Amino acid sequence: MGSLADFWATYSTLVFTVGIHALLALSLWLTLSCGLLSLANAAFMGIGAYTAALLTLHLHWPFPAVLAAGAVAPAVVALVIGAPTLRLSGVYLAMATLAFGEMTRILILNLDITGGPEGLNGIPLATAWWHIALILAGAGYALARLRRSRLGRAFEAIREDEVAARLMGIHVEGHKLAAFTLGAILAGLAGALNAHFTFFISPREYGFENAVDILTMTILGGTSSLIGPVLGASILALLPELMRFLHAYRLAVNGLILIVVVLFLPTGLWDSRRLRQMLSDRRSRRGGKP
Amino acid sequence: MLSIRGVGKRFGGLQVLQDVDIEVPGGAIFALIGPNGAGKTTVFNLVTGLLRPSSGTIAFQGRDLTGMAPHLITRMGIARTFQNIRIFPDMTLLENVMVGRHHLLDYGGLALLFATPAFREAERRSRERALELLSWVKLDHKAGATADNLSYGEQRKLEFARALATEPKLLLLDEPVAGMNPSEKAVLMEEIRNIRDRGYGVFLIEHDMRFVMNLCDRIAVLNFGRIIAEGAPEEIRSHPGVIEAYLGRGDEAEAVP
Repeated sequence: MGSLADFWATYSTLVFTVGIHALLALSLWLTLSCGLLSLANAAFMGIGAYTAALLTLHLHWPFPAVLAAGAVAPAVVALVIGAPTLRLSGVYLAMATLAFGEMTRILILNLDITGGPEGLNGIPLATAWWHIALILAGAGYALARLRRSRLGRAFEAIREDEVAARLMGIHVEGHKLAAFTLGAILAGLAGALNAHFTFFISPREYGFENAVDILTMTILGGTSSLIGPVLGASILALLPELMRFLHAYRLAVNGLILIVVVLFLPTGLWDSRRLRQMLSDRRSRRGGKP
Repeated sequence: MLSIRGVGKRFGGLQVLQDVDIEVPGGAIFALIGPNGAGKTTVFNLVTGLLRPSSGTIAFQGRDLTGMAPHLITRMGIARTFQNIRIFPDMTLLENVMVGRHHLLDYGGLALLFATPAFREAERRSRERALELLSWVKLDHKAGATADNLSYGEQRKLEFARALATEPKLLLLDEPVAGMNPSEKAVLMEEIRNIRDRGYGVFLIEHDMRFVMNLCDRIAVLNFGRIIAEGAPEEIRSHPGVIEAYLGRGDEAEAVP
């Protein structure tokens, strides 16, 4: 038991980080599943984090209410900015959402209530490991259900051929807005949870770099199933720890690993189709032996 | 069933369609034929709401479609296929067809989340109907396969099934036999007849004259954006304007292989 406690003392932050990252990767997976290349999820995380932290610090709301507000605030913003920007597609949407992300960061940087560049300090510790586990499991369950419903099929149809989806009776704009907003909710939850175990948040944590990090986790893991984003998030959180012995070089090696994976496994590490193929190949090879 | 009245379409300075009048009856196979570039696909894009007419009106079963959003037109009972096949390649055949049933599944978010009996029942019925439609085009044995594994002819048949899944009253087929060999054409002709015999209206675009003459109940001919003839296949076959449009006039006729 002693060793387990030691392990937890050393690595609890890491476990928390893996969970938060997984939630973020799932939020982007949802947006991507509708064919939307969005870089706004880091900003949504920030909006959720600041909303939650401010409610805790100034109004002393109970934690569940704080979490709910951290999910609702970015959703409202997503609804407002989604209506005009989601007409764009591909790289243009990426640029528009990137601009929104930077606007959000600069706004947080310059407002008084957000503490400006110093950020918010002394946020009480409220996130327990099981909060993250519960919300992550709930999100995973909800997304798994969604995939096997008319909504999930509509998202996939829109991603594969927007015109054909439209002519199958799908309200394309409405579904895109739904995917974007649901993604914002998950990112906001991740932000609210994160703010309540790091004690401190600042605008730097929700900028361009983080938007790219979220994208990298999701793409690295693979978007063909829900396992991919969670796997990608875990790897991206653990890799820097595992490579501590490389000291100063570890970020460079981290980048190198990502390049290699993207080059050789463009559909991500976890591609359910490829895995099925490999399994059936092996089975047939084994069956073929005399 | 579908009334296109005095419809014109202009792209900038280019008048693509002018004063087009077409009356498509229900329960029959109606063809719009004409040389390449005559404006046939534009007619389909106007009917399905992808484009808006510059002038004129389009009505379906007495209701005005002009300016209506494409997904609402589909829900009114008009479905279509595409000249350059547009299936969802990474989805299975079953999923492709079930996408067509999107607006017929009306369970809410909570039912979806908790997999309520109502949700499961709606999904089950939808899946059964999708399998039935796949069996109509003889693809039900491949229901679980990914759509991009299908041959060209099979992909067209999948598009038929997917369009039928929206439960249309009128099915628009844009060059259903383009790029097919004669035996595939014969199979598809049979499928189209089957669809008509099940009570659907079929409105198709084609420039393969032989195919159309054998299949259709009524034909309209479009040339340079205008309707130049309309009638039963025999009338169209002997219509001087149609012969001229397809073969050219008098002395030029010899140059055509």
